[in-house]
Amino acid sequence: MDTTNNSHLQTHSIDPSKLSFGTRNTRLEDEEICLQVKNLQLFYGAKRALNDVNMVIPRKRVTAFIGPSGCGKSTLLRCFNRMNDLVDGVRIEGEITLDNENINDRNVDISALRRRVGMVFQRPNPFPKTIYENVAYGLRLQGINKRHILDERVEWALKSAALWDEVSNRLHDNALGLSGGQQQRLVIARAVAIKPEVLLLDEPASALDPISTLKIEELIYELKSDYTIVIVTHNMQQAARVSDYTAFMYMGDMIEFGATDKLFTNPEKKQTEDYITGRYG
Amino acid sequence: MSSHISQQFNTDLESVRNKVMTMGGLVETHVQNACLALIEGDAVLAERIVENDFKVNAMEVSIDEQCTNIIARRQPTAGDLRLVMMIVKTITDLERIGDEAEKVARMAKELAEVGGASSTFPEIRHLGDHVRKILHDALDAFARMDLEAAIVTAAEDQRIDHEYESMVRQLITKMTEDPRCIKRSISVLWAARALERIGDHSKNICEYVIYLVKGKDVRHTTAEQLRKELPEKK
Repeated sequence: MDTTNNSHLQTHSIDPSKLSFGTRNTRLEDEEICLQVKNLQLFYGAKRALNDVNMVIPRKRVTAFIGPSGCGKSTLLRCFNRMNDLVDGVRIEGEITLDNENINDRNVDISALRRRVGMVFQRPNPFPKTIYENVAYGLRLQGINKRHILDERVEWALKSAALWDEVSNRLHDNALGLSGGQQQRLVIARAVAIKPEVLLLDEPASALDPISTLKIEELIYELKSDYTIVIVTHNMQQAARVSDYTAFMYMGDMIEFGATDKLFTNPEKKQTEDYITGRYG
Repeated sequence: MSSHISQQFNTDLESVRNKVMTMGGLVETHVQNACLALIEGDAVLAERIVENDFKVNAMEVSIDEQCTNIIARRQPTAGDLRLVMMIVKTITDLERIGDEAEKVARMAKELAEVGGASSTFPEIRHLGDHVRKILHDALDAFARMDLEAAIVTAAEDQRIDHEYESMVRQLITKMTEDPRCIKRSISVLWAARALERIGDHSKNICEYVIYLVKGKDVRHTTAEQLRKELPEKK
C-alpha cells in the first residue's frame, strides 16, 4: 500500500540526480574549463554572424554544436584556432580564452595556437604524399627530423587514430589510395601527431559511410581521455551519441547549451525542442 | 504542439496515441462492468469480462510493437521520446488494470451465488465508484496532457488506499463476529484489493503524464512533493 511506502520514502527520499548510472559526468559546474567564450560577436563585413555568444568548453570532454545551416556553428568553431583570420572582412568583438589566455591577443603566435588547437575538416584532405609523410608533416615543421623519433610518433599517432592495423604494412604508399574513412582517420592522426590540447572537428563524418562513421565516433570517444574535442555536426543522432555537452545555435545565437542527456530528453527552450524533434518552428 | 516536418512521423505518433486511448476506453469499460457484476451479483456479465481480457492483452502487444518501430525508424527525441517512453509504460499499467478487473469479475462470479457483494458488504460500491473515477481522470489527463489534473488525480490515490485499509479492518471485525461469512468476506476482500491496485496503476499513469509534460520523473515521491509540481496560480 502506498501510504506506508510513502512514509518510508520520506525518510529515505530518492534524489535521482544524485544517482549516477552512466559514465557521463554531466554537470558543467564540475568541469575544468578549457576554452571560454565571452560576449563574442563576429561580423562578415556588415553581416553579423555571431550574436553575443557566451559559453565554456570543458576540458577532456566532447562538446557538440548543432543547428541549421548558416546558424554560425562552423564560424564559432573556426574562432577557436583563428581560422577566420583567413577570411577577408572579418571583425571579431569579445573574448575567447584558452587556459585563461586571450587567443585574439596581438602577441599570440598563430602557428603556436594552431599547434595547440588542431582541426579536421568535412572532406578528408590528406597531402599527396605517403601515409607516413602525411603524419610526419607537422612534426617536421616543428623541426623534428630524427628518424627514430618520427617513426615512434607516426606509429603512436596512427594507433591513436585507430588506423595502424590497416596501414602498418604500406606506410610508404600514397595516402590518396586510402578509402574516404581511412583518409579521414589519417587526417585525424596528422592532427593528433603534434599532440594538440584541443581538437576541432568540422563535420568529420558527413562524407563517410555508416561503418566508417561509427569508427570515427568510436575514435572520438577514445580521444577524449587526452583531448578536448569540439565537433560540429548536422547529424543530431551523432551529436547525441558522441558528445557530453551540446550547444544548439540558431541564426548566430547560442539558444541552449547544456548536458547532452538533458538537451535530447528535456530541452529548456521550445526552439531547441522544435529543432531536435524535427518540427516547424 | 506544432507539426513535424515529416508528416509520416506525425501520423505514426498520432496513431499510437489514439490506440492508447482506445485501450484505455476498453479497460475502463471492463472495470465498470466488473464493479457492476460484483455489486449486482451478475455472473453472466462477470464471465464476459473474464472472456474478453485477451483483447486488452492483444492491444498491449500491438502498441508495444508500434512503439518499438517508432524508436527504430525515427529515433524520437525530447517531447516525442518522452511520449513514446510514457506510452510503453502506460500500456503495461493498463494491461495490469485489465487483469485486476478480471480478478474482480472472478470474485463477482463467486459472490453471485449469494446475491452479490452488496449483500455482504455494501461499502464496496463506494470504493468501486472512487476507483472508476480516478481511472477515468487519469485517462482524461493523458488525453489532454493536463499536468494539473494529473497531479490532483495522483494525489487522490492516497484516499483510495485509506478507504481500502478501513474496509480491511471492517471485514476483519465482520469475520471475527460471524465465522460463517469468512468465505464470502475473503472474496470481497480480494475484490477490494484488486480495486485498490487499480487505483495504484491509475496513479502511475498520472505520474507518466507529469513526466511527459514536465520532463520530470516524479515516481516514488510523496503526495506533498507531488503538489509542489503544480503550476503557480496567476
